[in-house]
Amino acid sequence: MTTAIASRYTAEYSTIAPTLPGQNLAWLTALRQQALTKFSAQGFPSLREEEWRYTNVSAIEKKLFSPSLIGQAQDIVPTDLLASYQLPDAWSVVLIDGHYCAELSVLEGLPATVTVMSIADALAQQPEIVERYINQAVNNDEHSLVAFNTAWFTDGLFVHVPAKVILEKPVQVLHVSTQGDLLASTRTVIVAEDMADIKVIETFVGLDIAYLSAAVTEVFVGLNADVTLYKMQCESDKAYHFCGIYVKQAKDARFTHHNFAFGALLARCDIHTDLDLASECELNGLYLGVNRQHIDNHTRINHLKPHGISRELYKGVLDDRARGVFQGRVIVAEDAQKTDSQMNNRNLLLSNDAEADTKPQLEIYADDVKCAHGVTVGQLDEKSIFYLQSRCVDEETARNMLTFAFANEMVDKIKIKSLHDQALEQVLIRFPQAGINKEWL
Amino acid sequence: MLSIKNLTVNVNDKQILKGINLEIKPGEIHAIMGPNGSGKSTLSHILSGKAGYTVTGGSVSYQGKDLLEMAPEIRAREGVFLAFQYPVEIPGVSNIYLLKAALNSIRKHHGQSEVDAMDFLTLVKDKVRLLEMDEKFLYRAVNEGFSGGEKKRNEILQMAILEPKLCILDETDSGLDIDALKVVAEGVNSLRAADRSFVMVTHYQRLLDYIKPDFVHVLAHGQIVKSGGAELALELEEKGYSWVEDSKAAV
Ligand SMILES: Nc1ncnc2c1ncn2[C@@H]1O[C@H](COP(=O)(O)OP(=O)(O)OP(=O)(O)O)[C@@H](O)[C@H]1O
Ligand SMILES: [Mg+2]
Repeated sequence: MTTAIASRYTAEYSTIAPTLPGQNLAWLTALRQQALTKFSAQGFPSLREEEWRYTNVSAIEKKLFSPSLIGQAQDIVPTDLLASYQLPDAWSVVLIDGHYCAELSVLEGLPATVTVMSIADALAQQPEIVERYINQAVNNDEHSLVAFNTAWFTDGLFVHVPAKVILEKPVQVLHVSTQGDLLASTRTVIVAEDMADIKVIETFVGLDIAYLSAAVTEVFVGLNADVTLYKMQCESDKAYHFCGIYVKQAKDARFTHHNFAFGALLARCDIHTDLDLASECELNGLYLGVNRQHIDNHTRINHLKPHGISRELYKGVLDDRARGVFQGRVIVAEDAQKTDSQMNNRNLLLSNDAEADTKPQLEIYADDVKCAHGVTVGQLDEKSIFYLQSRCVDEETARNMLTFAFANEMVDKIKIKSLHDQALEQVLIRFPQAGINKEWL
Repeated sequence: MLSIKNLTVNVNDKQILKGINLEIKPGEIHAIMGPNGSGKSTLSHILSGKAGYTVTGGSVSYQGKDLLEMAPEIRAREGVFLAFQYPVEIPGVSNIYLLKAALNSIRKHHGQSEVDAMDFLTLVKDKVRLLEMDEKFLYRAVNEGFSGGEKKRNEILQMAILEPKLCILDETDSGLDIDALKVVAEGVNSLRAADRSFVMVTHYQRLLDYIKPDFVHVLAHGQIVKSGGAELALELEEKGYSWVEDSKAAV
């Protein structure tokens, strides 16, 4: 059954394969072939899998999304989307329909020792170094969308920051989808060597059409290095979005993720991170669902060694018939004594038909640890509404203010001004903002 | 200013206020004392319009208008201010934002234009100084992570900026150390005016040393059982509430 659907994709593969980057690299074609075999056997994830029980992907199986071929389309430059989402204070790599677009990317002034380029270029210019990292942070036993991505990725981003280099400006990879029924499958690899420091923003946008984004990002954070990764998922509200972020943290490494899930009809994001001795991770998330959006976030924090610290806060605001899913796993290995971990998921339901499914899971095999978790699903607090009313604010404005405030806590964590303003705008356009005065914020 | 006539109030079918009568004239300060659970906060909430109470009889008129008919925010804009016994924390909304929203709502209600940004800042900073607060408090979320005393001070700060006509202070003195109490009392005293009245709910004579009331009322079991001048508070401190509760029974 599943394989029948998968085979519709695999049947197309032989025509597409020659156009994929790195065809001259035997190790890569072998890797892709392996992934293809795995995907053919498994098909897309099914509701029967524990990790997918809340998210039904059958909708994408009914359609056949095709990877855009190099040279096709791209004649319409989505200037509006670029104007709204390309950050002025960052180096940027623009991927249109899964392909690198040099004319739209901004990479002038990069330090010579730092590599920021499309992964297709990296595979052509420095394949040995890509080989050292690709598919090393993500496990082959992961769900089949990872294999799907490995087999099909048409391009993506490659970032390499050598030891002790602190990149002054952030790097943005802007994924833009412009064609209906398109499959944009991209792979990003970010390597921060020992004591390096980098901030990367992954932005996903698209025209008002149905398409499928399937992105996998691998991050390697070296000894005492610091990586902050932002994800701005602002896909078209007809789009399907799948994304997996897999992180390997070395000793004393710090990794911070800010996951903003605003768009897409159906979105699923997996974030997995492995912590070594005394490494720290912070996972922040905000998902806003309106209409019939379905937004699923899935995190896994793997404490492998002692003295690791993890902090996680995911917040969801769900209106209309939207559904939010949060599954957060924290695993503390037997060896990971003195782990300090906190996980929180808070959901605000604005309508009776909205739904939040939240499932925190702690798996603790060490005995000397500090682990806490909490979840809430609720409505706006009536006491707070009355308090604001008693301060002259009408009820509707009070509700809007409290909803905004709930979401804004996550927006305020963004340290990059232009990105902060973008996220703020996204929050404001998605919910009633009557009575909220932007100038005063 | 305020006229409460034979007010009876239920919560969940249980009668909490059992016929309250109270007249407050402009410029007066009334203290309301009484044992725990006697209905003091209930009365404060009813005046500011909190939901969840059923008025079963009586009336409240404020500046000649039926107060109970007005939405809570309209009462606030008309000059009713409640300093809460337990101020609510509002994460994500800064103090300064709320102050601006509140002040401009009042101005709009009275047909005035939005306050000038510079004037506003000057006003707010003045009042912050008056209450000996740190300016940083302005940019923090409303009451979030504030200590008990800081929350109470923040209530008075809002009051000082909004300049209400009827100020209801529900146990603003509880939880304040003596220095904070003095600062808060000074803040309140600086607001005293011929057209502004105060209702101060308190358990302690201590506050009344700094803010001298014109009248003291004792609320017990949902009724005002005794009223008198400032000296009544001293008498209560000495003899306890049972004295008046008993005297009521004897009448
Ligand atoms: N929502 C409610 N449901 C049930 N009972 C209530 C509710 N609110 C108030 N009460 C009851 O009404 C009575 C009066 O409460 P209120 O808070 O007004 O007392 P108070 O005089 O302010 O006491 P304190 O000095 O402790 O602040 C109490 O017996 C209280 O339990
Ligand atoms: Mg009380």
